[in-house]
Amino acid sequence: MSQTLTLSPFELALRLGDDALTLSHRLCEWCGHAPTLEVDLALSNIGLDLLGQAQFFLNYAGELEGAGRDADALAYHRDEYEFKNCLLAEQPNGDFARTIVRQLFFSTWQTLRFQELAQSSDKNFTAIAAKALKEVTYHANFAAEWVLRLGDGTKESKRRVVDGISWSWRYVDELFIGEDAALRPAWEAIVRAKLAQAGLEPPAPVRGITGGREGRHSEHLGHLLAEMQYLQRSHPNAQW
Amino acid sequence: MTNVTPIWEVFVRAKNGLAHRHVGSVHAADARGAVEAARDVYTRRSEGVSLWVVPSSAITASDPGESAALFAPAEDKIYRHPTFYTVPENVKNI
Amino acid sequence: MYTVDYSKPQDARVAQVEDSDRLAAFDARVAADDFIEPKDWMPEAYRKTLIRQISQHAHSEVVGMLPEGNWLTRAPTLRRKAILLAKIQDEGGHGLYLYSAAETLGVTREELIEALHAGRAKYSTIFNYPSLSWADMGAIGWLVDGAAIMNQVALQRTSYGPYARAMVRICKEESFHQRQGYEAMMVLATGTPAQRRMAQDALNRWWWPSLMMFGPPDESSPNSAQSIRWRIKRETNDELRQRFIDATVPQAEALGLTLPDPDLKWNEATQHYDFGPIDWDEFYAVVRGEGATAKDRIQARIDAWENNAWVREAALAHAQKHSTQHAA
Repeated sequence: MSQTLTLSPFELALRLGDDALTLSHRLCEWCGHAPTLEVDLALSNIGLDLLGQAQFFLNYAGELEGAGRDADALAYHRDEYEFKNCLLAEQPNGDFARTIVRQLFFSTWQTLRFQELAQSSDKNFTAIAAKALKEVTYHANFAAEWVLRLGDGTKESKRRVVDGISWSWRYVDELFIGEDAALRPAWEAIVRAKLAQAGLEPPAPVRGITGGREGRHSEHLGHLLAEMQYLQRSHPNAQW
Repeated sequence: MTNVTPIWEVFVRAKNGLAHRHVGSVHAADARGAVEAARDVYTRRSEGVSLWVVPSSAITASDPGESAALFAPAEDKIYRHPTFYTVPENVKNI
Repeated sequence: MYTVDYSKPQDARVAQVEDSDRLAAFDARVAADDFIEPKDWMPEAYRKTLIRQISQHAHSEVVGMLPEGNWLTRAPTLRRKAILLAKIQDEGGHGLYLYSAAETLGVTREELIEALHAGRAKYSTIFNYPSLSWADMGAIGWLVDGAAIMNQVALQRTSYGPYARAMVRICKEESFHQRQGYEAMMVLATGTPAQRRMAQDALNRWWWPSLMMFGPPDESSPNSAQSIRWRIKRETNDELRQRFIDATVPQAEALGLTLPDPDLKWNEATQHYDFGPIDWDEFYAVVRGEGATAKDRIQARIDAWENNAWVREAALAHAQKHSTQHAA
């Protein structure tokens, strides 16, 4: 099922905000557990950048909606079916190979998406796109370097990268539904080139799993939200 | 001990016009990794416009034990310092 | 304190006879507030003490990421999440600066990590306590970082150059750590009844361990005098602990929270707070490795390091394969 309707600015802001929110949350899970201190700091940097993007997009979404909801209200008080993030962003981290392949796929998509967004007639979108482009360019390069090191490192690291690609490839179709379909050729060109550089074959075509953009998520989002929203849900009307 | 990741010394130039300063070190397997690590570790608060990373093994340091021979002779050549020379106060621009 | 000397008295004995002229020159430099730099001659006991102290400090920063990391995914607002993530990231960075400084003394980070995982190296006792509620994030920032800052400011002029420079960097970054913790406590203490209880409970659990951070009483700290002479330590455990209490009591009063010490009382004559007895049995038990979360903390660090060894190996293999200009 592909979405052919044009997104309203509210829907777009929500979608981009939810993407950044969920992936940032996943990166938080690496904090203190990464392969080296240098990588721990790098993943935290990416997480912080995405969190900033989430705050911007969700606050803007709340403004556009006009019902008095801000970023926190949207993040902490919606149920699973109301979230519009892509399934890729909510997947569990797995090992570092799966995490960094996910980052390559997602940040490359974000780069192309924000290049589009920079052409928007909406000044808020163009402002965030300009700032975020610098960030996601770095994220994509960082991820690509690691896919290269791991894809062309040891036999074990290559095996793990291949597994990571296999896990995430199922969620690539969803990134290109509706208007985003136009971004796919460029994305494929970049990603396939990076994989080839690492001596990796692109995976065989697979039926894409979709639904996140319509609020139909994987089993993983529920657990993610249960943890994320726990304090706000159990202390209604409290300030933090 | 196997698998010791090399150390790279990090030098940061905070803004154009200044020189690079040594700020510490990072561990990385390759040069690109060292640059990224240095950026993530040492420029989180916008402290830099330019980064140099150098393998620690590439640095040759003067031996502190030789500092007498290396540096003391310069100490007694005080004629290299402007304060050695007296010029009348009313003479300007010199 | 992150740098409390947990060594046994016999560790300080110097095995070899060292040149007494060099020793005298070294002592004079240190006494004159000069800095000792890498490759300078130094007494072996000085080198060993520094390696132990700096690496202990580094281990503390890295292990310290865990109690806070425990609440990161449950941070109750996006702002608190960003603040906490930035703080934990800073702590990782501080660990990194300190490992770097220790490496200038002729050890590798890998050796230091192995010592930590094997139980031969210590880290600050405070991180062996569990973080049980969101309020613990406030308490840790306010009390634990507060205590650390007290020691770190003075260490900016410690005698070993790389250590001093790392401390300057750390102190610059540390300033928001304590403030954000105190602010978080303030919001809770003035919030709902459940939040006030949460804040008071956190304070009850973190107060005494924070006082223990400064280490055993001066009379039980045999190596302090030498460390002070060498400017590795700038003030005594009791001096710092008293200063911390004097600074913190009014802060607790401003929060409207009660410190869990019925003997806490302002002494007009000494111009300091008198305080109750510290349970040194608990302290020594934690130093021995019997703290509540000791095994959990080390296991988490071992898991992160061992389970990801393949990543480090792959990066090295890739560098080897690919170009002598890329590998060091």
